[in-house]
Amino acid sequence: MGETPAIAELKAMCADIRRDIVRMIHAGGSGHPGGSLSVVEILTALYFRVMRIDPHNPTWDGRDRLILSKGHASSALYAVLARRGFFPVENLRTFNAPGTTLQKHIDMHRVPGVEVSSGSLGQGLSVGVGMALADRLDLRDRRVFVVLSDGECQAGQTWEAAMAAAHYGLGKLMALVDHNRLQTDGTIAEIMGISPLEDKWRAFGWGVRRIDGHDLEQILDVVREAEAEPAKPQVIIAVTVKGKGISYMENSVPWHSHPIDDEQLRLALQELDEAAKEMVAP
Amino acid sequence: MSPEPYPVVEKPFGKALAVLGERFPELVVVDADLVRATDTAEFRSRFPSRHWNVGVAEANMVGIATGLALSGKTAFCGTFACFASQRVCDQAVLAAYCHAPVVICGVEPALTSGSNGATHQGMLDLAIMRAIPNMRVFEAADATETSSMVEYTLLHPGTTYMRVPRAKAPVILDPDTYRFEAGRAVRLRDGADVTIIASGIMLARALQAAQALAAEGVGARVVNMSSLKPIDEAEILSAAQETGCLVTAENHNLIGGLGSAVAEVLASRARVPLVRVGVQDVFGEVGPIDWLADKFGISSAHIARAAREAISLKANKGRPVQA
Ligand SMILES: Cc1ncc(C[n+]2csc(CCOP(=O)(O)OP(=O)(O)O)c2C)c(N)n1
Ligand SMILES: [Mg+2]
Repeated sequence: MGETPAIAELKAMCADIRRDIVRMIHAGGSGHPGGSLSVVEILTALYFRVMRIDPHNPTWDGRDRLILSKGHASSALYAVLARRGFFPVENLRTFNAPGTTLQKHIDMHRVPGVEVSSGSLGQGLSVGVGMALADRLDLRDRRVFVVLSDGECQAGQTWEAAMAAAHYGLGKLMALVDHNRLQTDGTIAEIMGISPLEDKWRAFGWGVRRIDGHDLEQILDVVREAEAEPAKPQVIIAVTVKGKGISYMENSVPWHSHPIDDEQLRLALQELDEAAKEMVAP
Repeated sequence: MSPEPYPVVEKPFGKALAVLGERFPELVVVDADLVRATDTAEFRSRFPSRHWNVGVAEANMVGIATGLALSGKTAFCGTFACFASQRVCDQAVLAAYCHAPVVICGVEPALTSGSNGATHQGMLDLAIMRAIPNMRVFEAADATETSSMVEYTLLHPGTTYMRVPRAKAPVILDPDTYRFEAGRAVRLRDGADVTIIASGIMLARALQAAQALAAEGVGARVVNMSSLKPIDEAEILSAAQETGCLVTAENHNLIGGLGSAVAEVLASRARVPLVRVGVQDVFGEVGPIDWLADKFGISSAHIARAAREAISLKANKGRPVQA
């Protein structure tokens, strides 16, 4: 894949990453399929087309940084990083096995390309604010992306950080909310509603855009658009489907955190293969 | 009994930050609406671009400090010791897990927050922070140690919790010769009958107790244990061997602080009597520090009494046994 892969290539990559995710969770015996599958296009677009990074030099000084604040979606990030060349794709098989580098919740010191450990929800945006402040102080022209879940928009610390980011005018900071509308115990709306979400971010001083979080072109367009507005932090509300791509997992609360047995894996891979064939056919 | 009068220095913590800010451009400071308590105003006015006040948002403060620290900074952040631990425990865990050089500073620890009462008297901060892997835990005894400790964390970056005095602090240790070091205790006075291990404001009280004991013919060694983690095991064990009994003195709940840390070392290595002076698992109340120290059992008189008790326990049990 070249430096700026075409949309068709990115789509194929997303299909591969979905296969990786279900295989990893199947092999690891547990994991978070729902929120990993919903964030695939967001991470793929960022890592393959948007971010300035060097997989051969993960700590390169000029790199853009991304924090996956919703650390339970680790399987998606690991697959993206492996496919992007940070470490061998074969390693994905060790997901959550004893002694693995690929812990169910992320340890930055074990995985090249990961900037911040995560797993305790609600903290990532604060860390992103600190990083963006440091970059500004050091006159470094690089960006910080924070991928949040919609459940994290219920956490007080997220809004403390949102307030601070706007107060400091952090135009190099971008948050992307994986708005899959589900959390552990049910729908966001029934557990603790967060709407009107755009109004909340806007009221906190952020530039706000809402898109289909599975449409790669929309993601790339809107990131570009948001970056043309550098005076304040930008948030992209990416509306997604939890469990995206595997029919029996889609919009399903129990598939938030769930093991994948042999038969479920077979069905999942079959669905992903069929979808991939359709992608190529027209 | 209140401690001996020592010369007093104004705002040693804030001063150290302001002075060291020149030498260490990576030093940055994040506050949470308590610049008046953390004494960081001087740093802020000297280095305005390296100071942020995030308002009443302590979790965010520690999170932002973590982001700064993961970007090449040594990020100091602080508030009252209660909030700098209880309110931000999980954020401190993240900083430590990331190995981020964040220095969380708890000011006015425990009874030193006297006039604010129980909600503000952080008495479990050391217990919380000691239990976090990769977290260093320090408590400064005086002005000299405060500035030396700040310098140490800049020379040896790492995730750290430190108790620091607010506003005025006594000078007990010699600023010309004393250098703080993680994992190293310092003996301030020698004696053959008992060792008193103290930290923070209890050092002055321990020295005063030792003086009172000397008048009774009792020799008390006094050790400043300002690095609670890592802790100076060798100093504890030689005290056990050479004086045969120990007293710990801390401005903290008796659960999880200095006394616990010393007991943890003794438990598997030496069988000698240990009497712990500290707050007896109760909440505090408002009052001047010396009145509170009397009421809650952490005055120099309590230390002297504990020393006599430790010595009599030793007499009952004979010589210490090395495990
Ligand atoms: C502070 C914290 N509380 C609770 C959890 C347990 N937990 C893991 S995922 C989750 C919520 C999942 O919903 P959401 O945040 O919307 O994530 P997504 O739908 O993207 O998977 C919870 C409560 C946690 N990881 N961190
Ligand atoms: Mg969700």
